[in-house]
Amino acid sequence: MKSLILTLTAVAIVAGSASAGDVTGKITLKGTPAPEKEIPVDPTCGKLQAGKKVMTRFYVSDATGGLADCVVYLEGAKGGAASDKAVVIDQKGCEYLPYINSAQTGQPIRVLNSDPLMHNVHPTPAVDGNKEDNKAQMAGGKPLDFAFTKAEKFLRFKCDVHPWMFAYVSVFDHGFHAVTGKDGSFKITGVPDGKYKLVVEHRKGGKVEKEIEVKGSAKADFTIEAK
Amino acid sequence: MPQTAEHLWLHRFAVLTALATLLLIGIGGLVTSHGAGMAVPDWPNSYGYNMFTFPVSMWVGGILYEHSHRLAGSVVGFMTLVLALWMNGRPAAKWLRWGSVVVLALGLVASTSAKVKLDNVLFLVGTGVAGFGISFVWPRHEAVSPRLARFGLLALVLVIVQGVLGGLRVTALADWLGIFHGTLAQCFLVLMCAIALVTSDWWARLKAESPPVAVPAKVRRFLLITTLLILGQLALGASMRHQHAGLAVPDFPLAHGKVWPATDTISLETYNRSRNDHREFKPITARQIHLHMAHRIGALVVFGHVLGCLLKLRRTMGAAHPVAKAAGVWFGLICVQFGLGIWTVLSNKAADIATLHVLVGAASLVTGALLTLLTAAWSGHSCPLPACGQERPPHAPGAGL
Repeated sequence: MKSLILTLTAVAIVAGSASAGDVTGKITLKGTPAPEKEIPVDPTCGKLQAGKKVMTRFYVSDATGGLADCVVYLEGAKGGAASDKAVVIDQKGCEYLPYINSAQTGQPIRVLNSDPLMHNVHPTPAVDGNKEDNKAQMAGGKPLDFAFTKAEKFLRFKCDVHPWMFAYVSVFDHGFHAVTGKDGSFKITGVPDGKYKLVVEHRKGGKVEKEIEVKGSAKADFTIEAK
Repeated sequence: MPQTAEHLWLHRFAVLTALATLLLIGIGGLVTSHGAGMAVPDWPNSYGYNMFTFPVSMWVGGILYEHSHRLAGSVVGFMTLVLALWMNGRPAAKWLRWGSVVVLALGLVASTSAKVKLDNVLFLVGTGVAGFGISFVWPRHEAVSPRLARFGLLALVLVIVQGVLGGLRVTALADWLGIFHGTLAQCFLVLMCAIALVTSDWWARLKAESPPVAVPAKVRRFLLITTLLILGQLALGASMRHQHAGLAVPDFPLAHGKVWPATDTISLETYNRSRNDHREFKPITARQIHLHMAHRIGALVVFGHVLGCLLKLRRTMGAAHPVAKAAGVWFGLICVQFGLGIWTVLSNKAADIATLHVLVGAASLVTGALLTLLTAAWSGHSCPLPACGQERPPHAPGAGL
């Protein structure tokens, strides 16, 4: 009996690995966006930045044009990796890091406070069924967990104590999503073979999409134009 | 009302309470202008502290505005309680006594709960004991007048409702409650100013004297309608503030470059993507744009009506009459308010300008309401002049202006 279970498990693993792969690619920014603006932070938060200016983060791109903070997902997909592991957002220097995130419905979104001062964490969802909340978090306070039951793009988190602090979480009802890194690259893992619509959304740059076919893996690059 | 020394002090206290209310509305304006309404997530506590023991060192960022608003609200609430007791006289001592007993009992019940912090228990018990003690020595005088006493009571009820609305707006995370909170604040200010007016020596003399020319009923109706229109405009303004629609249309005199802005999905997406403001407001919606445009149209309607009031009062009462002059001041306030509205948009909703817009709006409402009250009071006179209750004849002084 034991050997039968082991055999079936092995078969399942092999079968799974044969039909599920990664979707990778890179998003490149085209054009020149409006310059980022300096945020007038208060003196206490200014000290935490050690003289560094706090700027808006509307278009974050590297020297090669790789565009960070794009949400990439397979539209209409079902399933995907389990979502037990929390998406972690830290408050550091009176900024939310990372600025753009993605999560699955029901997945914990854990907000930390690494600052030596207090914040309030105030998610402001716009989709019915996702609950607005507002919690105080003292310096060194316990992490705060949030979760949302409905899919929603760019669900805003804000701090009303420091009214320039924002983070966004795109919530999906499947596990096939990612956020581009500093170089504009992304990787969606565990995608079963098949045809999909791959969508890229940037808060300011808008939305682009492409039909892709995954056969073991797939690669797709996009260009987003600065608006 | 006979003007004794005590009534003079009552009037002064009513004026002080009205001024404190105006200041409170100003601080409230700063709260919404700085987007700090939710900076203190709990209520009636502040970050777990009793609001009166919340350490000053923690009054930072948005908390400074929100917590100051709460404290100022408490001061106005306390002043209104004193005013209501003062206006109601001896019978009110009984309310104070039993109210204090209820507060004391709440404190004692709270002391048995591990969830309630000691500072809250001490506050409730201390307030209850103090109120109970005071009720044996004050108030001991007669009520100023039965009608006025009722208005004192109404003010007390309103200020309590207003405080609870403000608190629920925070704990229930409900923007719509904020709209009621903002509008009720304006109504409360009108009530306080009316109390301050009718407790004045000037009002008593005015009531005793006959007006040189009666204000026709249709002019009085027009004044009332105009005042109600201003209240409606302030309610629209409160809706804009609490639904973050102040910059839903960021240009003036055009709106998103058009006479009437497009609100289709593609246009909305374009507006939102081109918005590069570090305050990262909620996305602009068609509803926000309609609300904003309604406020602009409302401003034109109010402007026209106040101008109409000014012209009608000058025609019927003469340009030199104090009421006509007051209407001139009213029109001046509306012009300033119009300019501040435009400046709010063009300054990208600078907090100080937006707050000034709230304050001048409140002053405009109060001016209209007091003018309406004044002319209504005059209409109650047994006027000896044959012209009372009629339009001025065309040959009368000041007619046709």
